[in-house]
Amino acid sequence: MSTLSLAWRNLLRNRRRSLMTLVAMVLGLVAVLLFGGYIRDINYALQSDFVRLTGHLQIQHKDYFHFGSGNPAAYGISRYERVLETVKTDPVLAPLVAVATPMLQFGAIAGNSAAGVSRTVFVTGVVPDDQSRMREWNGYGLRMLARRLPLSGSAPDTAVIGTGVARVLQLCEPLKVSDCVAAAAPSEPQGAGLPADIAALADSGVNAGAAAASATSAARPRIELLAANAQGAPNVAAVNVLRAEFQGIKELDDVYVGLHLPQAQRLVFGAAPPQVTAIALQLHHTADMPAARKRLEELLATRFKDEPLGIIDFETLNPFYGQTLAMFAAIFGFISVLIGAIVLFTVSNTMSMAVVERTAEIGTLRAIGLRRAGIRAIFLSEGVVLGCFGALLGTVAAVALAWVINHLGFTWIPPGRIEPVPLAVRVVGENAMLAGSAIGLVVVAALSAILPAARAARMNIVEALRHA
Amino acid sequence: MSAPEPASRDRSRVHPVVLKGVSKTYRLDDVDVPALTDIDLVILPNRFTVLSGPSGSGKTTLLNLVGCIDRPDQGSIMVAGKPVHTLSDDELSDFRARQLGFVFQTFNLIAVLTAFENVEYPLVLAGMDAPARRERVLQLLDSVGLAAHGRKRPGQLSGGQRQRVAIARALARKPHLVLADEPTANLDSKTGTEIIELMRRMQQEQHVSFVFSSHDPKVLEAADDAVHIHDGRITSVDRGPATAEAQP
Repeated sequence: MSTLSLAWRNLLRNRRRSLMTLVAMVLGLVAVLLFGGYIRDINYALQSDFVRLTGHLQIQHKDYFHFGSGNPAAYGISRYERVLETVKTDPVLAPLVAVATPMLQFGAIAGNSAAGVSRTVFVTGVVPDDQSRMREWNGYGLRMLARRLPLSGSAPDTAVIGTGVARVLQLCEPLKVSDCVAAAAPSEPQGAGLPADIAALADSGVNAGAAAASATSAARPRIELLAANAQGAPNVAAVNVLRAEFQGIKELDDVYVGLHLPQAQRLVFGAAPPQVTAIALQLHHTADMPAARKRLEELLATRFKDEPLGIIDFETLNPFYGQTLAMFAAIFGFISVLIGAIVLFTVSNTMSMAVVERTAEIGTLRAIGLRRAGIRAIFLSEGVVLGCFGALLGTVAAVALAWVINHLGFTWIPPGRIEPVPLAVRVVGENAMLAGSAIGLVVVAALSAILPAARAARMNIVEALRHA
Repeated sequence: MSAPEPASRDRSRVHPVVLKGVSKTYRLDDVDVPALTDIDLVILPNRFTVLSGPSGSGKTTLLNLVGCIDRPDQGSIMVAGKPVHTLSDDELSDFRARQLGFVFQTFNLIAVLTAFENVEYPLVLAGMDAPARRERVLQLLDSVGLAAHGRKRPGQLSGGQRQRVAIARALARKPHLVLADEPTANLDSKTGTEIIELMRRMQQEQHVSFVFSSHDPKVLEAADDAVHIHDGRITSVDRGPATAEAQP
């Protein structure tokens, strides 16, 4: 009989104790796997959110990320349509890319002249249909309902604003913003509407192209957007607010204004050639990021070598993503260590009791010629066998429990999100996590057995035989 | 194929066990308790030798030293022609596995193994292949009258049957010397007599030296040689008729 066979029989010798040890190991592994699966789901959900908003990669002016948000004209991409065309037709890159779309972001002042209020805002000009397609991205098969961008299918002069913007601009009632707290009336009016020259601008060329479309949405509340144009002169556009939408994070919700790209471009660049501040590339699969980035770098270095363009990924664009992952990794590590320690002491205690109970047997085995290493091997094998069974049963139990949890229909609202999302635990398919946790458990079980095994191997034969 | 036996194996069977100036002291709490003092002894090969004396006289200690499971504080011990007091722990383990067999008062069978597997275990340690092991174990179980009980665990056997399994296990590797510590103490009188007869028969069949510690008169009667110990010292050695094989 082999050492493993002997170990197995010895574990069956005291079935209740072995079973309790096994239960402790299984519970530990299940806890680690379920929490790990929960973190995986958060990771994928968070990543999906950011990828839907900003794409996997963005082509920007190489200094835009650090210096350009206040000056889109100086840090814009002038020949962006050529860059877009190149991305969409490149035989290497095109198959990897799901959506490639231009974006223009800049700061402005939004005002509600009727109420005499204004505030600084952050304007994002997008191609709504592209953005709606980006919102459909679901690279991890998450159970989430993609919502189309409200701007999709709307007139070119419409805007979507954050609920915080609506609140400050006193548009809660017309935009039907719920739980809107009415602001106390200021002691003095903030302004008596737009100055005449600025108001004239709002009604002039900037909006000329949109005048016809505006007729259909005339009933919507209007706001005026004031921005500096490429020459530094003020420029104004009046837009109809389609709806107010909570942006998930209050800081963003208080400043967000979404526009159609051409409207935003006219506001900043007027009659000059339009630019964008970024071209967002959403890939079919996140795993393609390195390949897409490499190809993009080649294209920029060869076909656009005179343009100061750079590539930035969604993790850099959204530091919150990395910070959140790091926080969860730390919690996961802490919990794993805690559970590992509990398992370690449980198995160690079981093995120590086995050593005490089998002292005479240890003496007998040594007397008939088994070396100290042989005794060590027997007890280490028992730890490893326990660990293997714990890993197997724990994995099966975790998979089953995850399936149950995923089908119970629990929901929760993650930080930064607007609506509840399904509470899901991703265990199946997470092979690295499953293998790592299972191997970790076996290693912990083996480590737990080291000290008792060493103690057994060190026993004096005569002393051990006296326990018979 | 079975593991090769050492070349000196057959020669070792004619080597006596020789103890010279052996002393052993145990420390209990802060008190030194001398168990053996200045023992000089020759145990002849192929003999049935009994170490007798009252409880606490040192016979088990002497048996442990000869069985290489304990080390003397002073003196030298030669077993099968080898100075065992100089061997390392692993060397001693290997030596015990090859040259010695043990029969214990409490049988000391491995509870999770069957009778067959208990007898087989020393052969597994020796690296003998499975068919050879099986043949040897079946032959031994048959010799000790347990051919039909090979599949039983120790818990399913009577005391006498367990001791028979222990004897078969002790003889599995054809040792030079079998050491038995009070082998009949836990058996009833009839079974004890049967066990002594069995060991006597096995000693003659297998040409093995048997050394007992016992104060059982039946064992003393059956012995070729008797070594009497008292307070850690040998008081007398009664040697029976010499055989040709037993000449040192």
